[in-house]
Amino acid sequence: MDFFTFVQLGDASVRMAIPLLLACLAGLFSERAGIFDIGLEGKMLAAAFLAAAVSLVSGNAWVGLLAGIGISIALSLIHGLASITFRGNQLISGVAINFFAAGLTVVVAQGWFAQGGRTPSLPKDARFNGIDFPGALTRVRDKMQADPWAQFYSEFISGHSILVYLGLLTVPLSWWVLYRTRFGLRLRAVGEAPEAVDTAGISVVRLRYTAVIIAGVLCGVAGAYLSTAVQAGFTKDMTANRGFIALAALIFAKWRPWYALGACLLFGLFFAIDNRFQNIQLEVIWIMTGLFAAAAAMTLYALRRERIDLIVLGGLSAVLVFVGLATWIGAMDEAIGATAALFETVKVPSQLIQSLPYLFVVVVLAGFVGKAIPPRAGGQPYVKER
Amino acid sequence: MSAQTQGGQTPAIELKGISKAFGPVQANKDISIRVMPGTIHGIIGENGAGKSTLMSILYGFYKADSGEIYINGKLTEIPDSDAAIAAGIGMVFQHFKLVKNFTVLENVVLGAEDGPMLRPSLRRGRQQLKELSEEYGLNVDPDAVIEDIGVGMQQRVEILKALYRQADILILDEPTGVLTPAEADQLFRILNRLKEEGKTIILITHKLREIMDITDTVSVMRRGEMTSTVKTTDTNPADLAERMVGRKVLLRVDKKPATPGEVVLDVRNLDVVDEKDVHRVKGVSFQVRAGEILGIAGVSGNGQSELLEVLGGYEEATGEILLNGQPLDLSGAKSDGQSRRARGIAHVPEDRQHEGLIMNFSAWENTAFGYHHDEKYQKNGLLMDNSAILKDAQEKMDRFDVRPPNPLLAAKNFSGGNQQKIVVAREIERDPDLLLVGQPTRGVDIGAIEFIHQQIVALRDAGKAILLVSVELEEIMGLSDRIAVMFDGKIMGERLPSETDEKELGLLMAGMTDTDAPHSIEEIEQNLAHAGEAE
Amino acid sequence: MDAMPKWADVVLVPVVSLLLAAIISIIVFVAVGQDPWEALKLMSYGAVGTSDNLGYTLFYMTNFIFTGLAVAVAFHAALFNIGGEGQVLLGGLGATLAVLFVPWPHWTLALLAGSVAAALFGALWVAIPAYLQARRGSHIVITTIMFNFMASGLLIFMLAGPLKPVGEMQIATAVFPETVHLPSLHDIAQLFGLDTFGRSPVNISIFLALGACVGVWALIWHTRLGYQIRAFGQSESAARYAGISAVNITMIALLISGALAGMMAVNNTMGINNPQLVDNAAGGAGFIGIAVALMGRNHPVGIVIAALLFGALFQGGAELSAATQIPVQIVVVIQALVIMFTGALDEMVRSPIQKMFLRYGNKGVGAPAAVLPEGEE
Repeated sequence: MDFFTFVQLGDASVRMAIPLLLACLAGLFSERAGIFDIGLEGKMLAAAFLAAAVSLVSGNAWVGLLAGIGISIALSLIHGLASITFRGNQLISGVAINFFAAGLTVVVAQGWFAQGGRTPSLPKDARFNGIDFPGALTRVRDKMQADPWAQFYSEFISGHSILVYLGLLTVPLSWWVLYRTRFGLRLRAVGEAPEAVDTAGISVVRLRYTAVIIAGVLCGVAGAYLSTAVQAGFTKDMTANRGFIALAALIFAKWRPWYALGACLLFGLFFAIDNRFQNIQLEVIWIMTGLFAAAAAMTLYALRRERIDLIVLGGLSAVLVFVGLATWIGAMDEAIGATAALFETVKVPSQLIQSLPYLFVVVVLAGFVGKAIPPRAGGQPYVKER
Repeated sequence: MSAQTQGGQTPAIELKGISKAFGPVQANKDISIRVMPGTIHGIIGENGAGKSTLMSILYGFYKADSGEIYINGKLTEIPDSDAAIAAGIGMVFQHFKLVKNFTVLENVVLGAEDGPMLRPSLRRGRQQLKELSEEYGLNVDPDAVIEDIGVGMQQRVEILKALYRQADILILDEPTGVLTPAEADQLFRILNRLKEEGKTIILITHKLREIMDITDTVSVMRRGEMTSTVKTTDTNPADLAERMVGRKVLLRVDKKPATPGEVVLDVRNLDVVDEKDVHRVKGVSFQVRAGEILGIAGVSGNGQSELLEVLGGYEEATGEILLNGQPLDLSGAKSDGQSRRARGIAHVPEDRQHEGLIMNFSAWENTAFGYHHDEKYQKNGLLMDNSAILKDAQEKMDRFDVRPPNPLLAAKNFSGGNQQKIVVAREIERDPDLLLVGQPTRGVDIGAIEFIHQQIVALRDAGKAILLVSVELEEIMGLSDRIAVMFDGKIMGERLPSETDEKELGLLMAGMTDTDAPHSIEEIEQNLAHAGEAE
Repeated sequence: MDAMPKWADVVLVPVVSLLLAAIISIIVFVAVGQDPWEALKLMSYGAVGTSDNLGYTLFYMTNFIFTGLAVAVAFHAALFNIGGEGQVLLGGLGATLAVLFVPWPHWTLALLAGSVAAALFGALWVAIPAYLQARRGSHIVITTIMFNFMASGLLIFMLAGPLKPVGEMQIATAVFPETVHLPSLHDIAQLFGLDTFGRSPVNISIFLALGACVGVWALIWHTRLGYQIRAFGQSESAARYAGISAVNITMIALLISGALAGMMAVNNTMGINNPQLVDNAAGGAGFIGIAVALMGRNHPVGIVIAALLFGALFQGGAELSAATQIPVQIVVVIQALVIMFTGALDEMVRSPIQKMFLRYGNKGVGAPAAVLPEGEE
């Protein structure tokens, strides 16, 4: 891999990270205020649809963006109604919003455009296009022959849509709001100890509604970015689980803005790799070594713990060992002899590569990579003590 | 009447005909009261008498169904806490309303910021905090994080919050529940200082001693009504107790001297380190014999809860515990609550709402709670015998006079005292060798307290060993045959109730081993602060 | 607050919630230019209009009973298993491996082996999230969602690779051997000389589903395990006091939940007309289970009723989309509305009804509060 490949990978990571980042910060505001939001996915999806549809009809991407933000806020308010006003289960409300958006976008898209649940392709004027900075090269061939700095500048720094730069700006902005303003102090307080906020004479309800509305705005931008900047139009389920991955990134980031940027870039990198390297070939010996090492590590960990750890992790190790051996035996069909089979290269299933971000989410949640304390009042409706 | 005619002054607070109902429950009935400025006014009453509801109305948490509130003679609407603060009312709640991972300064400033930007507010807050701290001798570090400081200091932060908001009227709800006697004395000095500066203070408590020590006037509440208001100098504890309950009450438990037998529980060098790596119990050793009650006194949070949890089988420990001469497992699968029950340990936990009972389960289901594996509750090997449990529940409820005696009712629909009776009935009727009892009368009305105390003493007289943990010194003094005092995870000493008094126990509770020497409050403070650091 | 009689809680509240969901659905129909009355007629006909259609409704009901029970058992332990979708897929894989490669002489044995394997695989698929929840406190909701994605990846890998019959283009396994085909209700009815359910796939596993209902009912309200599951679900701290192991109960409740979800695959792979495992074997049933459990108040009787309703909705929605421009996703919208109103907005529906009963209902405190022991009803 040459330097330009790395730059391209970095560039793609940023592109992929932006919607995650916006959703992650949306989750951050909501959860810092004590409201769990697994409906990020649905809000993004609804915004993606309406932004595309309105951009198409109006011919202006900015109008589409506003529409996307609008629908996302509307869904946020429903979430607020359920979890703040009526003190319902926040997880269930989020699940309902996800389904609602998943179903309604297709139904409405079909009723509106009759193209099988998608919007027609957006013309260039109705999209957010890349902005080329002065002096940046635009043709791939030119870039490939340029010096590293020019490559970096032209590919990585320049050429993104305005939403990417805005998205990156939300990180310092969020930090500033959270730690340097009165609102931020209160927001952080209401997610930790709503009773302290309430007795200080501040409305818990208003603060939390404000937080979910901010989450709505950010999800709206994220959705609009997907359908009017990354792609030219809405397709069914186009958010592709980014809302859930953003939640995992949020936990990984310990509910902090700058960490969120790092976590989202990491997940962005996963997606970039997934997009770019569909076909990864590995020698059997490496696959087996990796699987056996993971199995050994888990078993060793479990041995020093309780029986339940041994059963579950031991079982999982056995599965990994089985997969390793199966790969080896499978390779024997191709090569002559067991030893030769060890050095046969096999294709890593593309489904596995696609599953890597999800697998990583599980590892993150397992807390083996950085354990964090969530906001103390998270997920619980606030009821005044009698 | 005497309280209402102090020189024709305008009362700082005047309530007229306040009533408030929660569904069918009348929490406050037509309450009228006047509090003069620059006085300390006590409100005393049993649990559930309606004190907290009344104060919540005054602080805008609830809206009264009827009645009027006058602040400094002016009719004032208090729809929310914001309005209460604007009217100059500050409140120190029993359970502090602090953001645990914020600093003292951030907590004080929260909600009283100067503008949308944080820094100027914090700058002014720091300055003001310093001045207030000095003026009233409150002595707090503005940059300390709340979860790192002791409860005494946390309470002072709550007072500072009110003063920072320029409160002239300060309401304190059961402020001494979490304090050592020495810390309580310090609090009272602060309150007197505030009074001298012209602040008006309302002190809500169920402790007679506090009323007598510090208040100028006292109002008594009973079953939602304000039954009387008198000058403190015109009354005495027995008189107040009678006014609270509406009949004469025994302030001491009636019991025969103990006749201790064999050692049942032998705890040797017990250490508990919790999940957060805090050393909760430090090398504790003691014994409890058959037929005696060992009372463990101490301010809450000094390791008593963890001690009970280890014995009850839901906290791991190191050291050695012998029950009837046989060791108990202190970690691993055999250290759980089920194994403890099988060994003859019954446990009335400190928190009946979150531990002793499942509030949404009916009373009959709660009767089997913890004993759901019992042979008598099973039928044909596979299923639980629900009708047997129901029958058992009915019998227990009848014997312990639980009202209403309906086992189909959910636990949450019983009063605190009756809930506790369900727990005590379940545990005592097991005829255990060792009964663990934590805060048996917390949030329980006086009638039920007497009954529960009698049951505990009866079990002792039946030759069982009893370990009692309570933060109520009065209860410890009244029930125990021997008293051990815990401080900072250690046992500071053992005393016989007949040979000690509240003062000595209070010093032990503050970590003073040498109880004969005179101690200054600064010394005690330092000691407590030191204990806090260890966490 | 036991301010209202039990019948209001178990019947009136869900019915009002459902009406609200229906009203919003009507608005959606109108918005996309469909006459709601016409749509209702089409859907009703599609769901129960013919014996064949009714059979499909019952077929889907069978699916939803399994996934509804799965969600409900986890809910009793205060755990939210949103991974039914993935567990169904793995259950399908298990059932397939058990019947495709073992020459079972008779369908009864195949049914037994298939059910056990499906349950086992479903349970195993939730084992890791369950373990992480129990031992590491990792949020079960997010982990099970992740496992749904991984399940569909794994299934596609298996169907496109190891399990794909040579020379076939379709991403699916071979059709199971004739001897293991489960008798459909049509076949069974014919034994009694009846000609019902036409070509619909509703089959003997509907009885397996109803049996599972009885099993779950007995488990939850009549066994020690159920008692412990409910106690843990109500109060973790109290369970700790009582010596109920949080780790064990979390694991067991979720394993049972996963097993129930996995067993849906018996109906959906072994019970269909051409028994085989296809790549979209779950078809959203895992998620519909959430709506079914919420609407059915986590009680088997309620779940059967809710499953029937959703079965009708699913089948009616399919017919509707065939006859009009409305895509099948309309079912997802209605499902979302039901989850919203019966789940998250429960209080919005409940508290006005409660107030109504306080005002106009019988003032006797004892009568409404006298809850019968659950399950004794």
